[in-house]
Amino acid sequence: MSHLLELRGVDAAYGAIAVLRGVSLEIADGGMVALLGANGAGKTTTLRAICNMGVKTRGEIRFAGRRIDGLATEAIARAGIGHVPEGRGTFTSLSVEENLRLGAYLARASERRIADDLEKMFGYFPVLRARFHQQAGTLSGGEQQMLAIARALMGQPRLLLLDEPSFGLAPIIVQDIFRILRVINREQHTSILLVEQNARLAFELVDRVYLLETGRVVTSGPPSQIAADETVRRAYLGQ
Amino acid sequence: MTMQTLLHQLLSGFAMGAIYASVALALVMIFKATHQVNFAQGELAVCSTYVAASLITAGVPYWIAFALTVVISFVAGVVIERAVMRQFRHASVLTQVIVFVGFLILFNSLTGWVFGTMTRPFPSPFADNAWYGSRYLSPHEIGLIGVTLVVLAIVFVFFRYTRLGLTMRAAAENPASSRLVGIRVGWMLALGWGLASTLGAVAGVMAAPRLFLEPNMMSGVLLYGFAAALLGGIDNPWGAPIGGFIVGVLENVAGAYLVGSQLKLPLALFVIILVLVLRPSGLFGRTVVVRV
Amino acid sequence: MKLAAPAAIVIAVILPFVVSGYHTFQLAQVLAYAIAILGLNLLTGFSGQISLGNGAFYALGAYSAVIAINNLHLPYGVAPVVAAAVCFVLGYLFGKPAARLEGLYLALATFALAVVTPQLLKLDRLEPWTGGRGGVQIDKPVSPFPSVLDDDRWLYMYCLIVAIVMFALAWNVIRGRTGRALIALRDHPIGAGAMGIDIAEYKAVTFGISAMYTGVAGALGALIAGFISPDSFSILVSIQLLVGGVVGGIASIFGTLFGAVFIEFVPNLANQLSDNAPGVVFGVLLILCMRVMPGGLAGLVASARARRAHRGT
Repeated sequence: MSHLLELRGVDAAYGAIAVLRGVSLEIADGGMVALLGANGAGKTTTLRAICNMGVKTRGEIRFAGRRIDGLATEAIARAGIGHVPEGRGTFTSLSVEENLRLGAYLARASERRIADDLEKMFGYFPVLRARFHQQAGTLSGGEQQMLAIARALMGQPRLLLLDEPSFGLAPIIVQDIFRILRVINREQHTSILLVEQNARLAFELVDRVYLLETGRVVTSGPPSQIAADETVRRAYLGQ
Repeated sequence: MTMQTLLHQLLSGFAMGAIYASVALALVMIFKATHQVNFAQGELAVCSTYVAASLITAGVPYWIAFALTVVISFVAGVVIERAVMRQFRHASVLTQVIVFVGFLILFNSLTGWVFGTMTRPFPSPFADNAWYGSRYLSPHEIGLIGVTLVVLAIVFVFFRYTRLGLTMRAAAENPASSRLVGIRVGWMLALGWGLASTLGAVAGVMAAPRLFLEPNMMSGVLLYGFAAALLGGIDNPWGAPIGGFIVGVLENVAGAYLVGSQLKLPLALFVIILVLVLRPSGLFGRTVVVRV
Repeated sequence: MKLAAPAAIVIAVILPFVVSGYHTFQLAQVLAYAIAILGLNLLTGFSGQISLGNGAFYALGAYSAVIAINNLHLPYGVAPVVAAAVCFVLGYLFGKPAARLEGLYLALATFALAVVTPQLLKLDRLEPWTGGRGGVQIDKPVSPFPSVLDDDRWLYMYCLIVAIVMFALAWNVIRGRTGRALIALRDHPIGAGAMGIDIAEYKAVTFGISAMYTGVAGALGALIAGFISPDSFSILVSIQLLVGGVVGGIASIFGTLFGAVFIEFVPNLANQLSDNAPGVVFGVLLILCMRVMPGGLAGLVASARARRAHRGT
């Protein structure tokens, strides 16, 4: 069975410092996967390796059957992978509108298409309509996270990578965001790869979990299986 | 010091300020995109001006020669970025400075070699006795201001309202995020270089009738351009033209009434040091100049 | 390595006797440049302050020497000392505000200084001292041992003595506590500050020392040329010094000699390669050099040594 995203034996390093060793994972088309682990385990590095952002990688990375390891970041984005990075990466001096339009750059959409997509985004995140002309840097943390996700979605990605979307946000906002992620997955058939510290939230959303420790995948499986494993829970999830 | 002469100095300074505004904007554009200071901006502009002069001498009508020069300068800027500057994207500041210095020497010598080193006059498309001349401003000065304002307006409309302009702004502000939305950041930088070269060419062509064309024509202008860019805020494209006009007026008025013409250029040095020491972000900029 | 310095000195002493008078003249200029580049290396290589304006101090040193000899009627032997004193003070004064500027901004400020220097030298008000646009001449030093050394060779020896003194001074400074402080400053400015080093003061003093070295070089340059004028101190001098420093290896003392040879002889070479556009050849060479050996000659030697050591293990 072919998957949407496949990593096979991926090593990744920042310069001389090796971070990932032999990481393998798959995401099915339409699936939702979470990457969990302690700080420094290599979760963010995995996302960076997929998008070829500042890491040297070895091993195979396939997207929709095609090898993407070694391609330039912008080419990988154009292949249909949207990435909401650590720290959100919004264009802070540009307006919300401009941020969203930049997201649509990938889709090369017509004005009408962009307008439709914007409406869809407002449907998911109504606050963006209210703040449409505001400078992105003046938005609250939660709003910027929504903006970052919306921007990535404007490019109509097949796969959405999210790096700790819950970071620094109030629980009620995080709930909202995760609810929307489920909606997006269902309505747009967008696959999701989620890196999270908040294991509980991730468990509720995804259908498969990978656990990383010091750059290696130590176990993987459906959330129920992982959550049921006592040793795993105690060692990695602090429960 | 009569009111008339003061007004004349002010307006004349404003005209020269238009030149500095263009150069300052060119410098800010490259700085915003690449965090590099283009020390060779002056020499590139002179080269473009010589190209224009050659076209005009060969019989090409002025405004067509102008348009051709603009296009050639644009292409040259893109080529320089793609072929050379891109190699040094991750080099140390010192290495980058040397590369720019290398271009400075290269173009200075190239210009002398291809076009000769003798000073020559450069025509103005604005006739000396045109109807719009006045007691305070010559037709060329008025035309200069007009052309500069038109060019600045085009540049601003481009960046503010077009998709490509937005993309270039994004690439300059946050290259990493830009890549994530599929923007080819490298090419955006190249376009920025192209635009900067164009602005330099416009400044050179407009300045030449007054300064007379010779290989070192722009070295003083470049310095004023630096002062203007710093004054306006080295990362603020709006500030640059404002800085340019201020510096132009300051140069003229201070030169006429305060320090004398011999110290006009050192005045630019003074402004530069003053800005860097007192208010490094300039009037409108936001970059925090790292203080020790 | 310990043999290198004495060996170099021996070679330097013998050289003028085996080459022509004109080449001796060029070698004297190389020594002057080496001192100037050493000054720049102290500033840029060791304390991390990029200067495109040291040419201003070279000019200042030259004019100080000329004024000392022509107007103050001091013996030429004292001229470099006068230049050193003047340039140290002014360098320190410039360095005080400049110390607050980082990388590119300092490069910008010093670039402005260099562009403005010829204009300042042409000021009418200063003409009685500077000789104005037309420039001013000084008499060439006469050899005290005419039977052994002619004037050209004597001047070379004089420059050599000055160079040895300046290099020895620098060597001591670099090896000592000050040198370590400077390197800490360059590589870890925040850490150095936390350790109680008054960064701004150190930087200003380094600027002064750098200016002093460059001034001494300028004084020697004036003696060698016998004639100076404002236009001979354009931005190109500053550029040449920085280029010489980088090409030799900006944080290397031995690199300065290579750099000095480079800037004295390569432009001539470029002139031969291309009669009309030596600058084009020079510019292209420079850019290629930055691509291929950004650490200069010293960097190349260091990486070759590292590779050899690595292979050995």
